[in-house]
Amino acid sequence: MTISVRQHTARLSAIWLLLLAMPVWLPAIGGYMALGTRVVILGLAAMSLNFLLGFTGVLSFGHAAYFGLGAYGTGLALKHLTHSTSLAVLLGVLMGGIAGALLGALIVRRRGVYFAMVTIAFGQVFYFIAFRWNKLTGGDDGLRGFERQPLGFGVWTADILHKPVLFYFFVLTLFALATAAMGLLLRSPFGRTLLAIRENERRARFLGIPVEQHIWLAFTISCFFVALAGALNALLNNFADPTMLNYTQSGEIVIMIVLGGIRSFWGPLIGAAVFVVLQDYLSSLTTNWMSFLGAIFVLMVLFFPRGVLGMHWPDMIRSTLARLRQLGTQGGGSAA
Amino acid sequence: MTDLILFNVTNGLIIGAFYVLMALGLSLILNLSGVINFAHGGFLALGGYIAYTISPFVGFWAALLISPLLVGLLGLLIERTMIYRLYGRDPLYSLLLTFGLAFIFEDVTRAVWGATGLPFTVPEFLSQPISSKLFFITEYRLFMVAVVALAVGGLFLFLRFSRLGVRIRAGTFDLDTVSSLGVNVRMLRSFNFALGIFLAGLAGVLAGGQLSLEPTMGANLLMPSFVAIIVGGVGSLPGTLLGGLLIGVAAGITTVFWPSASEAVIYVMMAVVLLLRPRGLLGEEGLLS
Repeated sequence: MTISVRQHTARLSAIWLLLLAMPVWLPAIGGYMALGTRVVILGLAAMSLNFLLGFTGVLSFGHAAYFGLGAYGTGLALKHLTHSTSLAVLLGVLMGGIAGALLGALIVRRRGVYFAMVTIAFGQVFYFIAFRWNKLTGGDDGLRGFERQPLGFGVWTADILHKPVLFYFFVLTLFALATAAMGLLLRSPFGRTLLAIRENERRARFLGIPVEQHIWLAFTISCFFVALAGALNALLNNFADPTMLNYTQSGEIVIMIVLGGIRSFWGPLIGAAVFVVLQDYLSSLTTNWMSFLGAIFVLMVLFFPRGVLGMHWPDMIRSTLARLRQLGTQGGGSAA
Repeated sequence: MTDLILFNVTNGLIIGAFYVLMALGLSLILNLSGVINFAHGGFLALGGYIAYTISPFVGFWAALLISPLLVGLLGLLIERTMIYRLYGRDPLYSLLLTFGLAFIFEDVTRAVWGATGLPFTVPEFLSQPISSKLFFITEYRLFMVAVVALAVGGLFLFLRFSRLGVRIRAGTFDLDTVSSLGVNVRMLRSFNFALGIFLAGLAGVLAGGQLSLEPTMGANLLMPSFVAIIVGGVGSLPGTLLGGLLIGVAAGITTVFWPSASEAVIYVMMAVVLLLRPRGLLGEEGLLS
């Protein structure tokens, strides 16, 4: 899908306008600020994974581990080490990112289904550690006893703890920095090389590109950003629990990407918005929301594998109409 | 101390036997169709629950056979309606599809049979310990191991000597050639899928008698089964067998010395195997990698 520069600018401004004005329009349509913040956080997680999945062509189904490590790292730092929110976030990001870098080195030589399976299995280690190490992590009950702290800017202190809107803008700032970094990386020669690997790994290898190194780097970068999302999620809830590390969480991040469109940079954000709002709505409506969620997965894969943004909506409507018309004439023909 | 170790090694072998049944089914499907079946645990749980429901009417022995067959049939239905569409596509899609199915399975199981554990009673004569010293080895456990051994032995004989089994193994290596030799690959994959699900159902019935029936019982066995496959070597069924028993025993022994690490230890094993022998213990180089 090639779009003009003007279209691109228009789309980008629309996204940022919506994000910046969220505190204005979200309450007006019946949403609450924490929901909007969660959309941005999970959007960041999905975009980070898509750096790997959509732009390097490597399927990790275990990113919840690094998301959760970021969350636990931040929570533990705030609880035991520091009263600085920023420092705690940094520590959480380092924890998730470094774990990703180390495990990534073991994983990068695998491909395809095998790669997915190894990432899933490794992801579970951290789930069990968080689940079992009661003393440190609070086990099944989750990690409690920490709160995000106000941010000091010399003369002015931003009370992100008690003012949800301020916290939202704190999250949005980090989101902007992270997505800008990923966008720039993808435009750089390094990012172009990743696309080359995605399109044709063998050819990339023949061109002398060290494919494993690149995939490892992409994996590590993706883990760092997903850990940032996890850190922010811990701050949002003032809480971290083991299900954040579980493979079901990984699956949810992947479905957000697919919902939004796997080849699209901003798609996963929209996928996250759809998913988070739907989950929030369904779980308040019915106790069987897991079935609905499962049905979304199944229907998505069977009927809309290219996602909401990945589809050519005008083409699609045109072809559906044409098919209906054809059916109509055929039906008429056989009746006559 | 020796008793404690013996107890936990036995325990580990029995858990390992579940891993083996589950992982062999997963392996069959993965090898021939390239699909990681996340819903495998859901099928397993369903196998246990169906046996629980029908055993008052048909008895334990019939339930042991009928329930896996029913579950296998359901697997066949799902393969023929949904999963076959995703063959040859990016593995991402079959992963997500079976992932969604796993959600639905768990939720439906919970809605029908409830979230709390149900006891599945096994025949009286099987629930006795074999001796007072070896109190932890009940006859049911021996029986279970015997059934698993029988199923695994049967599976390997089938794959080795029957025409269908040979085709399945051949398809693992080169499906295109098998297809061009006139084998109906479409049917082969369906049968193979149902066979894998049958094994999951069987594991479910056996696990129901040993642990208790819970909607998440299968999902809990899923990850160790992945580890078993990776440790043993992707693409190798004997490897899966070895991997399952090995991680079962490793978890059992760790329970003696450091109980809270008993789940994590198998992942450490996996890391070591990947580091030293990336293809897995009995894996073939280059297959599926």
